[in-house]
Amino acid sequence: MEKILSRRFGQENSHRLENYLKDSGYEGARKALTQMTPAAVIDEVKKANLRGLGGAGFPTGMKWSFINPANPKPRYLVINGDEGEPGTFKDKYIFEQDPHAFLEGVIITCFAIGSHKAYVYIRGEYLKSIARLQNAINEAYQNGFLGKGILGTAFDLEVVVHQGAGAYICGEETALLESLEGKKGFPRLKPPFPAVIGLFGCPTVINNVETVACVGPIIYKGAEWFAKLGCEKNGGNRLFCISGHVNKPGVYELPNGTTLREMIYEHAGGILNGRALKAVIPGGISAPILTPDQIDVKMDFDSLKAIGSMAGSGGVIVMDDSTDMVWAAMIAARFFAHESCGQCSPCREGSGWVYRNVKRIFDGEGRPHDLLNLPGIINNIGGNTICAFGDAITMSVGSYVTKFRSEFESKIKRPNPI
Amino acid sequence: MPKLTIDGKEIEVPAGTTIIQAADKLGIAIPRYCYHEALPVSGNCRICMVDVEKMAKPQIACYTPVAEGMVVKTTSQKVIDVRKAVLEFLLVNHPLDCPVCDQAGECKLQDYYMDHGKYDSRLDDVKVKKEKKAISLGPTVMLDQERCILCTRCVRFTDNITKTHEFGVFDRGDHSQLDLYPGKELNNNYSGNVVDICPVGALTDKDFRFKCRVWYLSKTNSVCPGCSMGCNITVEWDRSRPHQQKKARVMRLKPRLNPDVNNYWMCDVGRYAYPSIDENRILTPQFKNDLISWEKAIAMIAQAIMPLRNEKRLDKIGVLASAQLTNEDLFVIRKLFKDTLKGAHIDFKMPEQSGKSDDFLLKADRNPNTAGALAILELQDGVTQQVIQKAKEGQIDVLYVFGQDLVKLFGKVTVEQIAKKVKLFIYQGSNINDTCSYAHLNIPSAVYAEKDGTFTNVQKRVQRIRSAFLPLGEAKGDWEILSLLSQTLNTPIVYKNSKEIFKDMSATITSFSDMSYDKIADQGMILK
Repeated sequence: MEKILSRRFGQENSHRLENYLKDSGYEGARKALTQMTPAAVIDEVKKANLRGLGGAGFPTGMKWSFINPANPKPRYLVINGDEGEPGTFKDKYIFEQDPHAFLEGVIITCFAIGSHKAYVYIRGEYLKSIARLQNAINEAYQNGFLGKGILGTAFDLEVVVHQGAGAYICGEETALLESLEGKKGFPRLKPPFPAVIGLFGCPTVINNVETVACVGPIIYKGAEWFAKLGCEKNGGNRLFCISGHVNKPGVYELPNGTTLREMIYEHAGGILNGRALKAVIPGGISAPILTPDQIDVKMDFDSLKAIGSMAGSGGVIVMDDSTDMVWAAMIAARFFAHESCGQCSPCREGSGWVYRNVKRIFDGEGRPHDLLNLPGIINNIGGNTICAFGDAITMSVGSYVTKFRSEFESKIKRPNPI
Repeated sequence: MPKLTIDGKEIEVPAGTTIIQAADKLGIAIPRYCYHEALPVSGNCRICMVDVEKMAKPQIACYTPVAEGMVVKTTSQKVIDVRKAVLEFLLVNHPLDCPVCDQAGECKLQDYYMDHGKYDSRLDDVKVKKEKKAISLGPTVMLDQERCILCTRCVRFTDNITKTHEFGVFDRGDHSQLDLYPGKELNNNYSGNVVDICPVGALTDKDFRFKCRVWYLSKTNSVCPGCSMGCNITVEWDRSRPHQQKKARVMRLKPRLNPDVNNYWMCDVGRYAYPSIDENRILTPQFKNDLISWEKAIAMIAQAIMPLRNEKRLDKIGVLASAQLTNEDLFVIRKLFKDTLKGAHIDFKMPEQSGKSDDFLLKADRNPNTAGALAILELQDGVTQQVIQKAKEGQIDVLYVFGQDLVKLFGKVTVEQIAKKVKLFIYQGSNINDTCSYAHLNIPSAVYAEKDGTFTNVQKRVQRIRSAFLPLGEAKGDWEILSLLSQTLNTPIVYKNSKEIFKDMSATITSFSDMSYDKIADQGMILK
């Protein structure tokens, strides 16, 4: 299988410009800037069926085309490298192992949307990523890949790295914009979407790190090649982060459409200590959990959606049969309660309530009516909030209660006192 | 202009109008916590969600713009369920301290629970405890963080209206708390408004706290007499519990919506000036040290005036009126002292009586009716100084002062001298001040909250004040006193009520023509 995103991972000094250039580095950018029009670049990306790999899977080329060319304001590209979704650690590898491949994607994307300034918002804890990327940016400036007149063309581009401060919600794109503007990371009301009013009130495209890293190869090798790698409507490969009870956890680049079974049992070496699989989260903690009978699903956006889960960020968390699912639900609920930004009431008050409720059941303090109430309380959050965080609570925590109800029931030992 | 249907009622509104605004126009009540017409939309409380046809999920009415042909339902099962859900969330960590909460009775959590909640509690868990309970934020407002539902109305008020930026929401999730920024105090001239807009008991008014349960309050529409802005207010009073608050009747003032004057707001200077309605009042006519009857008091004034009228020396009468009086009072003053007792010296303008102004509502002119007095009395400048000078020199026999504190304005020495030279020095006013002890005759008059009438503000807007209750003690309205005097002088100026005076005034004075109490209504009318 041909690797794209991770092809240079693990090579010595893969992050240095000289090594990237030896590996036909920046050839995609050269092609775009010297031989193509912005419209042609967008067209190519559309044809490649590239989808947003941050989690939502929105078609990338279409997102770019939402920028109104008649709007006289400056345009911005903002890269979402906040990577806070539990179970996800792919962008970190790109920043550390192949920052120039990412930068090449940034250059082409900015050229396509007519932006001359890109902000890269990186998760605060990713110190090495920040250092490696800043170093790569410096190399790129020194060698004419960034700054004025890139690659001898009239195209100018500045790239700024911004370190996040540790809030999960700042991975929500409009909260990220607020944070970038120096405000508290509260998601914005939508519409307007960032393509109309984004960073500093200007039209803005927000893309994930991995998404942008795909752009260079698409332009260099062509949309058709890329589209063929994946499955229908979901081109290319994807970095899957496999963690939990497997023999070989790690980042695996696999084509979109690979089955979950293949990922767990072939690539990740099967379940740890030969135990049986009990559950698996297919796309970061926000994705509804799957049971062993569901692992023949293809791991692309549409197939996972069809079975009521989501491809999300590509974070695959595997749990073996020793896992207490009430405990797992409590950990998820605790995460959401801890990270709710507190802006809108259902999520602010609901996240904590759900956590305390599940914790109480886990602690053996549950009562029979808890299982009658809990699903309703969980359901009242999703769909009623400003951003998708509320939906994530409902989908994620809700799925444990639905799919592993018997485990919750067995925790509730005490009879209802009334 | 898009046309839409809300609950089967059709309405056409300008493009850009939100669903909640359109519903308000139709009189369809959509519950709200964070939404406030005068503040930017925040969309955080989620209680205003409505069902919009062709949209899968309920939408927040405060933010969703109307569209042509839109069909909105505010009472569908989906909406009812969402409201219930949101209320339940808001109450999860809200303390059940209604019995000791000052907001009880005007609390939107209580109101909406009765309208849209009424569920059985599903809460078995411990509520989140927050740090600050009954914390002073400044001279006027107390904070209770646990009661706060984080709607951010106060944050947006101080960010967008006063631009003083005292408030912020700190921390995250259900540990979020409203607080002041470090080192800040809530001490601007509009701080009381955050209590008004707080939909729950998180921000309470230090002045009003624990004084009176709100359900005892009666409310009377009026106009703040604190400055020439004439902010529309309600006087909120309670006469059913005289054993409380030293028999005070007025418990608080609240701003009343008038988009052309004060919108939803009023300043703290005006808001907290109400105690003078009940305190330090002149209750009975008094001649020197003797309390006397009204008949005797009026007769005394008439007896002082009659010889001057007979001798045609009406120029020995000095009248110092006041822009604190209503248009109606001033019109009767005009009729009595300008038209009937022609020749009397009359003025209302006093030297340097202005206070500090700000760039919002508070005006330097602390009189509510300067524009009205100017229009009605039609005076020459500088008469006040002449009257004072003449009084000092013994050229004034009858000095009739309406509510002006001459001691404060002209000094003790001058007033002492005047009291010696003038034959009858009359002070007619509502509250005791230093001048009272020099005046020979003190006449108790009503305060604005005891009067029906009109004030004319700095915009020349004529606005109604309404009497909340009868005058305290034996006090009477200013025009009624003058009417009694006119009758004793055998030149009767008689009216049934202030409405009749206004009718006469509008027929007499061009700038008031075409006006009537009915036309003035609640929003006022501009002078011609």
